Amino acid sequence: MTAISRPARRRSGPSTRWLTIGLFLLPALILYAVFVLLPVLQAMQYSLYKWNGLAPLTDFVGLQNYATALGSKTFMTSVGNNLLIVVLSLAIQIPFSLALAVLLNRRFRGRAIFRLLFFLPYVLSEAVTGIVFSLMLQPHSVVDSSLSNVGLGALVQDWLGDSTLVMVTLFVIISWKYFGFHMIIMLAGLQGIPRELEEAAYIDGASRRTAFRYITLPLLGPTIRVSIFLSIIGALQLFDMVWVMTGGGPVNASSTMAIAMFKAGFRSHQFGYGSALAVILFLCGLAVALLYQRYVLRRDTEGAVTAYGG
Amino acid sequence: MATSASRTTDTAVGADARREVRSRRLSLPGLIAFGVLILVAVAILFPLVYAVLGGFKTNGQLAANPGVLLPTEWVFSNYTDVLFGEYAPTFWRQALNSVIVAGIAVALTVALASGAAFVFARMVFPGREAFYLLFVFGLLFPSAVAILPLYILVRELGLSANLLGVALPQAAFALPLTIVILRPFFRSIPVELEDAARIDGCSTFGFFWRILLPLARPALATVSVLAIVGTWNAFFLPLVILNGADQWTLPLGAMNFSTEYSSDRARVLAYTVVSIIPAIVFYAFAERQIVSGLTSGSVKG
Repeated sequence: MTAISRPARRRSGPSTRWLTIGLFLLPALILYAVFVLLPVLQAMQYSLYKWNGLAPLTDFVGLQNYATALGSKTFMTSVGNNLLIVVLSLAIQIPFSLALAVLLNRRFRGRAIFRLLFFLPYVLSEAVTGIVFSLMLQPHSVVDSSLSNVGLGALVQDWLGDSTLVMVTLFVIISWKYFGFHMIIMLAGLQGIPRELEEAAYIDGASRRTAFRYITLPLLGPTIRVSIFLSIIGALQLFDMVWVMTGGGPVNASSTMAIAMFKAGFRSHQFGYGSALAVILFLCGLAVALLYQRYVLRRDTEGAVTAYGG
Repeated sequence: MATSASRTTDTAVGADARREVRSRRLSLPGLIAFGVLILVAVAILFPLVYAVLGGFKTNGQLAANPGVLLPTEWVFSNYTDVLFGEYAPTFWRQALNSVIVAGIAVALTVALASGAAFVFARMVFPGREAFYLLFVFGLLFPSAVAILPLYILVRELGLSANLLGVALPQAAFALPLTIVILRPFFRSIPVELEDAARIDGCSTFGFFWRILLPLARPALATVSVLAIVGTWNAFFLPLVILNGADQWTLPLGAMNFSTEYSSDRARVLAYTVVSIIPAIVFYAFAERQIVSGLTSGSVKG
């Protein structure tokens, strides 16, 4: 805000212009500053205190909350679970989405219906998705009995109660909900690639596979990288679905950074410690964003992220 | 939808190409690909069909024949109890809460972001890019980071246990994506139009309100739809801010219903299905906007 008024004083002539800019920009800026920027800064401040969220903020403990976090087995499990989802997403979900996008980029009858259907789960909330899948995965419910019916009864598991299996189960459900989103992004990317390029390759004798590998895939690079970035950010803040389905259990086996943060704040009333976890989450996100900025964004045209149409 | 021959220009045109396409469609890889698509479609539909049909069963049916999708005997009371009966007051209250939160948040986001995007797109002043980057920054970190301080902040503002305490932060968190999508769109409107408007005596606000916004209607529809989806499905913030069944939005209400009546699975399914319906209806009408918004912004927040 002061940054706006300073130049205004320097150029008092066109003050109405500055007034216009202020009137248009300030409302958004104030709302954003109060409810987005301020809380992030406050999390940094709170993280340096031992605080129950109610009493005056006086018990300064320096970096002790961070030390506690890094020494906490529960929190390290949570970080590991977030990383597991990141790795599984990049290794399975993104290639799967790309493959389906390639299939749906061909012209055939009914492809609009497939596209509509695959993207549908994206508009459902994670909460209701979690409720339905929880009921399906309960022991002796539809998943177990369907497996038995087709003679795969040996595969029946305690899908959400087994601490080694629970994250994989959650990953499958996350993929159910989000692969369509990544597919749609990649489909748009594919459609932005001029057909002539591939056709020229065919004329030069390239097989479909070669053309895909050396023409389509490199040109799709920016889109894939956007998809990867969004996937990582999403995996880092995983909360809703896990909270609804397992609450982080059994015994923290499916805890995530956001779950640990929520529990610290609202179950144990350790707002200082919870804020430290939030800051660690923030730093993870920032690291990913900076890496993306440094190694990826610079290579890609501005269009990949911001241009309209495409 | 006629079959297109554009994939096969490497061989021939006309009838030859069409035959080629047809033969490719019936080839083994083609069939496998189609089979994969069908499988994925079934996997997507199965949970939804299970939930809808499960709502028409009794708990006895759900327990006795868990692998049978169709109800042996159709029961309507689960749905009617939610819509008109015992649980109707709570359900409709929560639906209304969702509408209120989404309405306030979306109106606020679109109004404020339009102004900001207008300044970022069409005015030149020192520090403009710095301010713009400040908003872009909001796209780069997980919003969960702000939850604990937001809880404190909203409480101090006297907005805890108040729908505004959810709507205002939701609007603020939707601003970055909205601005990032709107700015290039506003920028693409020709300068000549602005010059002409000025010569005719139009003020800056007049240009914004009477020329730019009407021209940007498709973009405004897109960002509104994206903001509605985001707000409607929000869970974490409402969970922290809102208290009690009368304040909850639908996702929260559905979750609490499912824990409170966990033994009554059929009714939980009915409640969940009914709370999903608005989102699906909305999707049916706004799919185009959602897709164009996500693919143009390519950013989820």
